[in-house]
Amino acid sequence: MADYQTQISCRDLRLGYEGRTVTEGLTFEVNRGDYLCVVGENGAGKSTLIKALLGLNPPLSGEIAFPGGLKAAAIGYLPQHNAVQKDFPASVKEIVLSGCLGKGGFQPFYTREQKALAERQMERLGITEIKSRCYRELSGGQRQRVLLARALCATEEILLLDEPVAGLDPKVTKEMYEIIDSLNKSGVTVIMVSHDISAAVRYASHILHLGPTPLFFGPKSSYVKTDIGKMFTDYAGGDDK
Amino acid sequence: MSETLTQIWQNLQNIFAQLSTLYIPPEEIPAKLSMFQYPFVQRALIAGLLIALCSSLLGVTLVLKRFSFIGDGLSHVAFGAMTVATVVGLTNEMILVLPVTVLTAVLLLKTGKNRKIMGDASLAMLSVGALGLGYFIMNKLSTSANVSGDVCSTLFGSTSILTLSKFDMWLCVAMSMIVITVFVLFYNKIFSVTFDPDFASATGTRANAYNTLTAVITAVIIVLAMNLVGSLLISALVVFPALSAMRVFRSFKSVVVCSAAISVSSAAAGIIASIFIGTPVGSTIVVAQILMFVIFSIIGKIKSKG
Repeated sequence: MADYQTQISCRDLRLGYEGRTVTEGLTFEVNRGDYLCVVGENGAGKSTLIKALLGLNPPLSGEIAFPGGLKAAAIGYLPQHNAVQKDFPASVKEIVLSGCLGKGGFQPFYTREQKALAERQMERLGITEIKSRCYRELSGGQRQRVLLARALCATEEILLLDEPVAGLDPKVTKEMYEIIDSLNKSGVTVIMVSHDISAAVRYASHILHLGPTPLFFGPKSSYVKTDIGKMFTDYAGGDDK
Repeated sequence: MSETLTQIWQNLQNIFAQLSTLYIPPEEIPAKLSMFQYPFVQRALIAGLLIALCSSLLGVTLVLKRFSFIGDGLSHVAFGAMTVATVVGLTNEMILVLPVTVLTAVLLLKTGKNRKIMGDASLAMLSVGALGLGYFIMNKLSTSANVSGDVCSTLFGSTSILTLSKFDMWLCVAMSMIVITVFVLFYNKIFSVTFDPDFASATGTRANAYNTLTAVITAVIIVLAMNLVGSLLISALVVFPALSAMRVFRSFKSVVVCSAAISVSSAAAGIIASIFIGTPVGSTIVVAQILMFVIFSIIGKIKSKG
């Protein structure tokens, strides 16, 4: 039964690029409904871990398994902004719809079900009114909602969020965290990579703290009691966001 | 000093006298129009419009991917291959030119992934390398009596579009149909892969396969377009329509449709104008593209203010 609940199980991963190890000895599990927050310094391997989970950059050694029957190709991914998107002419609707593509195999046009799914996800994230607007003219918060809606079109099982609040102002950051929290409460498993440890501790159910060797993995309640957890949470408490 | 000024003044007068030859007196128009009954003019129009359509479809993707220069690089490689084919004495140069260009396109996009060292430098190197080598080979080894004429027409297309054989035209038609079909069938995936390759591959679209597909199609179009505008001006066909459309339109679909319309209409205008005023086809099309770009820039400015 426990196995069925486990969506992602990583055993003794060694991650890196072109033979250069970034982090090793990484073992953790993600269960259905979890809210896992991955924290760590720059260069600790957060983005490498994302690429490995998505199957874009396979681990140097170790194993990533999806016991619940989840496919690597079925993770809803919210990437960081890339340079191409800054001047890309695309409407909100076009972008959200493109989330439906992964499932179809060869399929030249969107089906009625896929269009309905896109409408539903836009409704869910409150972007229906702006669906004809151009993506590059939106505010940072609106863009993130669009990309979240796209990710939800790909799957409602599990979301992988790469720095979802980077570059957002405090008010929008809070809104974004609340959206993610409500998605998690509605049954979506969330893996979030973030610098923001105070938010991680507030919202997440589990914490993975990365370093050259993993510094911590476990439920949030134990994280805040560890030395490293204390160090960061005290620090974060100091400038209370 | 005053002599130089007089000289300049005379030159300017000459230029204006030249420009007045661009004017077609109304009584000559029927004679010019009768040109269109000749099969070679019709073939040029059909092939030209199809090539313009294909290159504009791909142009949107290439420009957005920051691959605008790939067209330029590949066309120079195609020029190099063309000279080799000529010197070796192949009757149909396509047999060599097409595979070489396709292969280069695939390799370029493959290395594009880990472009830490290479990137634009490798493209520049390849581009001028092929151009230089091609010119060298042509000069040294060609048996033709008119080497500089050959080079000029390969580089600028001069009138070769007007000398297309029936076979050339049908080849153009067939290739264009394939390109258009592929583009329509994979339109959504091409959008997704262009907008966000990481997301696309994370959710199960094989982004690499689509990049390779784009590369192959690009190479095919470039080889075809060499007949139309010559290898130096191909980038114009790829870049201008997309950029013009992006000045005004805000969604991917409208940009694609608009750039196709711009490209086809400026190719038609260019080919017709070149017949009327006797200018080289390729450069006339490019001038038409530039005018379109200016017009669309102005419309875009007005639209964003209003």
